[in-house]
Amino acid sequence: MTATARRRGRRAATTKAGAPAWFAVPAALAVGFLAVPLLGLLEETPWRNLAHELTTPLVLEALRLSLVCSLGAVAISVLLGVPLAFMLARVDFPGRNLVRALTTLPMVLPPVVGGVALLLAFGRRGLVGQWLDQAFGITLPFTTTGAILAEAFVAMPFLVITTEAGLRAMDRRFEDAAATLGAGRWLTFRRVTLPLIGPSLGAGAALCWARALGEFGATITFAGNLPGTTQTMPLAVYLALETDLQAAVALSLILLAVSLAVLIVLRDRWFPTA
Amino acid sequence: MVRSWIRSAAVLLAVAVLAAGCGGNDDPSGARSPTEIRVFAAASLTAAFNQLGERYTAANGGSKITFNFAGSQALATQIQQGAPADVFASADVPNMDKVKDLVDPPQNFASNRLQIVVEKGNPKGVKGLDDLAGKDLKVVLAAPEVPVGKYAKQILDKAGISIQPVSQEDNVKAVVTKVSLGEADAGIVYATDVTAGGAKIEGVDIPKDQNVTATYPIATVKASKNQPQAQAFVDLVRSPDGQQVLESFGFLPPPTS
Repeated sequence: MTATARRRGRRAATTKAGAPAWFAVPAALAVGFLAVPLLGLLEETPWRNLAHELTTPLVLEALRLSLVCSLGAVAISVLLGVPLAFMLARVDFPGRNLVRALTTLPMVLPPVVGGVALLLAFGRRGLVGQWLDQAFGITLPFTTTGAILAEAFVAMPFLVITTEAGLRAMDRRFEDAAATLGAGRWLTFRRVTLPLIGPSLGAGAALCWARALGEFGATITFAGNLPGTTQTMPLAVYLALETDLQAAVALSLILLAVSLAVLIVLRDRWFPTA
Repeated sequence: MVRSWIRSAAVLLAVAVLAAGCGGNDDPSGARSPTEIRVFAAASLTAAFNQLGERYTAANGGSKITFNFAGSQALATQIQQGAPADVFASADVPNMDKVKDLVDPPQNFASNRLQIVVEKGNPKGVKGLDDLAGKDLKVVLAAPEVPVGKYAKQILDKAGISIQPVSQEDNVKAVVTKVSLGEADAGIVYATDVTAGGAKIEGVDIPKDQNVTATYPIATVKASKNQPQAQAFVDLVRSPDGQQVLESFGFLPPPTS
């Protein structure tokens, strides 16, 4: 079947025609498949006591924690990720492709595996963690910092990739001009590069934030689950699902709204109106 | 034009066949082999039920059995939402009660005690529940929604001990894992999980007067399309043979009442 598809594809590419007529059917199926679960969520939403569901202490606590953790993860990602993106885009250092692959690995790694890896690295007996514990008495699992790290681990690649793409696409003549006029590298970066890649950086940060907000597997594995300390929204949804479906649906609705908002903000960037 | 439509139809047919083929195993309405049963069982039963599953398969001419191990509260929710279960074995009575309209009358088949789990060699010198309140001790419990978390809370309340856990895990095995990885110093779990938890941990007994008895009920699910096979598994669990297997993993006989 793939061979047929390939042949068809090649033929379609050589003619001017649009999509084959039958594409409409699988395309509609795909849309339905993606949209119906969201309808299910909306249908189950306890609209009448939504306000009540969303203001229970458990939900408010999870909301607050989710904001703190996801914004913390974005901050870490920006501080470390922007320089990394710059290095990847501009500096031809040995092993650059390896570094890039490594950077994107958390995007495809199952988050639970990421959580286990984080435990083995930053846990109390982990490679770095045991040293942190002995030298400074710092332990990361079961702390809010741990939850932030778990979220940064899975979300930072989104920022790095997007920012790097922005850096590659930008017009470097402005930087050259700044350099000719005597600006140092840091000044050029701050006053010329950064404003030019602003939209990419913004999009990367938004994606990174959305991913961090939705993080579940790495967080529950590495940071555990304690209301007020590490129980972020997705964890609260998961646990609520087992006892209180309405609360779980209400929480899910917030996450859905946030995801939609991110998409709407980014729509001009990603889906330029034709 | 006609030819292209025929070809389109063929492609669609192929897609439909593929979809049906892929969907077979997830379809509760009977596409799967009639002799395969699904047993939803409390996480604490993992090791014992895996062995019972082998016995069941051996005794029933290779009939397949698939386990879904998780916290009983999660399993009860899944069954409420129509998950294709044939048998449900819960680690407590309340979660069985939650699905009582969906299952046949449950029967108790085992009981369990709780134990404090600590790292091998008990480096923090935990001797009993009182020690868990110590400030420099990282204690992990199961979430109060999870049966073992609820039992732990009962025990601590009864003893008048208030502790601040560093995490409320989603199931009992996660508590054991956190202790065996050395992330937590102690946790409260079933005695059977200490037995099954490997060489990196050990148990500290909780005296009888402080302990509670966890009762395990089992039931066939009314919606099951494989009632005879489901019942056969329940019978195996309750048979002397099955009870012996459970005992070898540290379970106690069901409470006599």
